[in-house]
Amino acid sequence: MSETKQLNIVQAINLALHDAMEADPKVLILGEEVGDRQEGGVMGVTKGLSTKYGEDRVKSTPISETAIIGAAIGASIGGYRPVAEIMLMNFITVPMDMIVNHAAKLRFMSGGQTSVPIVIRTMTGVGFSTGGQHSDYLEAWFAHTAGIKVVAPSNPDDAYGLMRSAIEDNDPVLFIENLPTYWTPGPVTCQHVPIGKAKVALEGKDVTIIAHSKMVTEALTAAKTLAAEGISVEIVDLRTISPWDRATVLASVEKTGRAIVVHEAVKQFGIGAEIASVIAEDLWGKLQAPVRRLGGAFSAVPFSKPLETAFAPTAPVIATAIRDIVAA
Amino acid sequence: MSNYPRPDAATLLEIYKKATLIKQNDERIIKQMMAGKLVMPYYSPRGQEIIPSALSVSLDDDDYICTIYRGLHDMLAKGFPLGEMWAELAGKVTGTCKGKGGPMHLTHPAKGMMVTTGVVGSSMPIATGLGWAAKLDGKNRVSVANFGDGAANIGSFHESLNMAALWKLPVIFVCQNNQYAEHTAFTESTLISQLSTRAAGYGMPGVTVNGNDPDEMYGAAKIAIDRARAGEGPTLIEALTFRFNGHLMGDAGHYMKAGDYAAAQKLDPMPILRKRLVAEGIASEDALAAIEKAIDAEIDVAMADAYAADYPDVIELKRDVFAEEIA
Repeated sequence: MSETKQLNIVQAINLALHDAMEADPKVLILGEEVGDRQEGGVMGVTKGLSTKYGEDRVKSTPISETAIIGAAIGASIGGYRPVAEIMLMNFITVPMDMIVNHAAKLRFMSGGQTSVPIVIRTMTGVGFSTGGQHSDYLEAWFAHTAGIKVVAPSNPDDAYGLMRSAIEDNDPVLFIENLPTYWTPGPVTCQHVPIGKAKVALEGKDVTIIAHSKMVTEALTAAKTLAAEGISVEIVDLRTISPWDRATVLASVEKTGRAIVVHEAVKQFGIGAEIASVIAEDLWGKLQAPVRRLGGAFSAVPFSKPLETAFAPTAPVIATAIRDIVAA
Repeated sequence: MSNYPRPDAATLLEIYKKATLIKQNDERIIKQMMAGKLVMPYYSPRGQEIIPSALSVSLDDDDYICTIYRGLHDMLAKGFPLGEMWAELAGKVTGTCKGKGGPMHLTHPAKGMMVTTGVVGSSMPIATGLGWAAKLDGKNRVSVANFGDGAANIGSFHESLNMAALWKLPVIFVCQNNQYAEHTAFTESTLISQLSTRAAGYGMPGVTVNGNDPDEMYGAAKIAIDRARAGEGPTLIEALTFRFNGHLMGDAGHYMKAGDYAAAQKLDPMPILRKRLVAEGIASEDALAAIEKAIDAEIDVAMADAYAADYPDVIELKRDVFAEEIA
């Protein structure tokens, strides 16, 4: 489409929103402070959109999460493609009825007569000392809900491409953005990234790391360290959490014979449990070690820096787990 | 309310026809449930027929409505096809939702019947969004949110009314105050005597009317709909009414104060309107009897077709989860 640009994730998503609004007059934006009079979002992700496309299509809202998602659902049933922002993932607990009982289910309950093509953007992640109510990864709740798709890009190129695909998708998509990696630059090709397709972020032969969002970055760092030790790591970046790309994951694990699923969300009942189960069910007998999981501690995200750092997997923790599984 | 627009004779008769369809359909459903032929959770709208009937005569097919589990009256008044409704109630594949929604999720976009929710309070935020879509479309379409008095105490009421007023959306919030939130009396849920006074808190007009009176209900709805179509924003209508069959079918109503039910029965809007039509010479006794008979015949057909139809195939579990069939 166009030449490759060097952008960070904030800029990549902003560009995707601009391009989507330009391409389709039915695309709308709503959320707290998304308009330029409110500085285009707390992190500036929606900067410039209300000025360019008008305040009828780009609406800053009151702090009313239920009404934000309700308005997005209603507008989508009325033929539009709203991108609603729930500022932080923890705040998504407020409009859960709208998301789970309505956005995700209306297509099914209406026998396909109505659909809810909305995107819900939300940011989260540990690392900025934001504590127990501003940092959680809650993707498993939505992956457990039939009728809503969940994506979580790890880099600017996928952020752009997944946003374009999410907006054009005919079903609701939860779009998870990681706060600490927002400003990491990378090449952006401005191509759509299909929903439901993982990417092999690094090829290797000894072990497969299955990760998404910031954990891909941590895994890549771990892999570099381990390459010097002679351990060859393959990394599958899920990109889409639901519906997840079983084929790519299983092909990789069949090749390496070892798998570790890594996520920042609490380990217990996280998406790693589902993925590990499927790997065990499908590849039993071909595995050289039991599938392992790394995830957040079973606690609220703590404030104090040493505790916060210990809460979620990091590159050294991932590297240790890889050494263990390869030695097993 | 003396300055309200009033329904003319033809409109009154139209209101009676809609309300009679609702009443007779309700009676038939209950009969079928008692006979064990229909098995479903049922929230009867008996007693609330006039509200949507007097409202819908001012709506077009492409105006949007959202309603709740007690919503068959809202749907039928808006023109929901009886055959597809009965098939859905019976869980058949010929139902409007292929049997996948049931009584609490009836949907029929062709008549503007966009969402039926089983969650108290959840019609309002979505109707607000439909109002936003209507405003963007610029075709003078309006969006109606139906809900009960119980829902006026949920956060979504506050958020939706505030947002709809702020954005001047063409939404009519119709609070059907039937005096009970499930088993809790209205007076035990709030200290205020009129829910419509809350509208002032959002900068929109609010009015309390006798929802069982076709003149008052028609007038209030007409003013609100005209106002919405003119781009002047939303209105809250509190329509006072009474539900004769309790919360859920089988509800014995032990929570009601002695005498309340009997008092409400004396004000049953259906015989009152019927008498009035005859007294004012709008329709003869014979003409009304013919209307009622024709409606019964229509229900006969819808019911028979529903019972004769097939259940959905199990493959339907994989369809309509997403646009693409799932594996």
